[in-house]
Amino acid sequence: MDRRKFLKTGFQAAAFISIASVGGYLAHQTLNDELVWQIDPYKCTQCGRCADSCVLSQSAVKCVHVYKMCGYCDLCGGYFVPQAKELNTGAENQLCPTKALKRTFVEKPYYKYEIDEALCIGCAKCVKGCEAFGNGSLHLQVVQSICKNCNQCSIAKVCPSDAFVRVPTNKAYLLKSGWKG
Amino acid sequence: MIKAYKIAISFLIFLLFSALGFAQQRFPKPDFESGYVPPETQVPSANGVWMEYLDVFIFILLLSLFSYFILKKRSRKFVIWGGVFSVVYFGFFREGCVCSIGAIQNVALALYDSSFVLPLTVIVFFLLPLFFTLFFGRTFCAGVCMFGALQEVVIYKPVKISSWLQKALGAIPYLYLTFAILFAVTGADFIICKYDPFVGFFRFSTSPGMFAFGVGLLLLGMFVARPYCRFICPYGVLLSWVSQISVKHLTITPTDCIQCKLCEDACPVDAIAKPSENVKPESKGTRRLIFIFVLIPVFMLLFGFITSRFYEPLSMVHPQVRLAEEIALEKKINTKPASVEAVAFNSSGMNSAELFKLANEIRITFYRGSWIAGLFLGFIFGLALLQSSRFKRNTIYTPDKGSCVGCARCFRHCPVERKEG
Repeated sequence: MDRRKFLKTGFQAAAFISIASVGGYLAHQTLNDELVWQIDPYKCTQCGRCADSCVLSQSAVKCVHVYKMCGYCDLCGGYFVPQAKELNTGAENQLCPTKALKRTFVEKPYYKYEIDEALCIGCAKCVKGCEAFGNGSLHLQVVQSICKNCNQCSIAKVCPSDAFVRVPTNKAYLLKSGWKG
Repeated sequence: MIKAYKIAISFLIFLLFSALGFAQQRFPKPDFESGYVPPETQVPSANGVWMEYLDVFIFILLLSLFSYFILKKRSRKFVIWGGVFSVVYFGFFREGCVCSIGAIQNVALALYDSSFVLPLTVIVFFLLPLFFTLFFGRTFCAGVCMFGALQEVVIYKPVKISSWLQKALGAIPYLYLTFAILFAVTGADFIICKYDPFVGFFRFSTSPGMFAFGVGLLLLGMFVARPYCRFICPYGVLLSWVSQISVKHLTITPTDCIQCKLCEDACPVDAIAKPSENVKPESKGTRRLIFIFVLIPVFMLLFGFITSRFYEPLSMVHPQVRLAEEIALEKKINTKPASVEAVAFNSSGMNSAELFKLANEIRITFYRGSWIAGLFLGFIFGLALLQSSRFKRNTIYTPDKGSCVGCARCFRHCPVERKEG
């Protein structure tokens, strides 16, 4: 074997071993699942950036409603603008800029609030209101059927409260489970 | 008795909840008299993991097929159609993430910070092309990589660019790779993803700047073949290293080169090494090589020193450092927080001293990181000098293994191939 060939084989072996060892090291702590982006609702500060920082023109972040936490209030902080003239579905009274939050009567004095996902733009205005005056049952989540799962989430990049986390697909949502005072 | 039991239970539950940090709701859950039951919150589920396994399977299949069709079948047609498939599947259907180029950052971060776990797909997408390149050359670049495939199909009239310009622009990928790793391991940013020119096309959604960048690259790519691959791609740096020592590699001619010169202008990426006829090694050559070899540590120290001077502006890429600077300034001039970040920080209840400490730690990481980055760049610079001063004994037309991207264009320029085909 001449010198050149010996060197070449040596380099090849070295490259093979180093690639394999990096692979081995990474594989031993690998996750047998894919990671997706999600918002930790307890960290979210409702800054409103989710609405227009997503790479999609319609953000993958939308509001979800945890009905179990909802107080079904007549005067809903998430639905009505502060000092609303009347507590009805008049456009001037609504906080949501796209009328994505629907208010329906359940029984006196309770009202049900539903989100029309197609209309929601993830601006977090209702979330802020609900957090400030209500139970915080409205909160933002990354809708996994819309999210492109970018390697670097462009909203996570600008999130001021570090609320974006990578979660495994089998726990793809971080729905609120209770009121954190 | 029962009442006391109930009270005890509810008290326990209350304790449990307060221990978890959950206090009582502001407005208690209403007791509906009409029998209304609050519905469960519906959320659409994510794509299952099986989709990722399908990706991995198709990725391995494509790598094998490309290697087979390029090296064995010598088929340019497959490179084109395989590339189109890759663009359609990985690009438009799977919408671009995760790709091998971007995976550099995830891998770098996982190697540096063991708490950052990687999904299997990321590891496979990062390592497999390196393995295949070690055995067959850069067949990944030919068209498995959707960026390569996309640029391959737009090549219209490739022009030769002067070698000094090629060398100068060829330094960009090394810089890009170095700083991408620096920013990734410090947790500052994933710049490869941020400045990805083509992913916006796949999603039909991009910022105007990145759109212009992508379109510009494709337009340029009509005349300067594969501009991203040659002058930007950081993954290409790694592949080129591995490819230079590959076990097998495509050859321009299927049998023996007859030195007819017909393939000389065939390569759009200028990766055909000409025979070094009538050139004898310079007598001073060896001495120069030794001189450069000795100088490499000097280059490393010099580059390291220069780069480390910029650690402060570099660390400003990190959001936490920027926030700390802002908070410090606002404390100094005693104003209300101006940015959204500062407002969020104030409401988070974190102590500003803690933040300053954290920012300082990040700055120190950047100082060390920029030294290492500089040492690495100096080493690369030295190697490049060595490479350009080395005498290459070459009697036939061969592909330059480092820069050949396996597009298979040169095959049909070879008369031996045509006669056989």
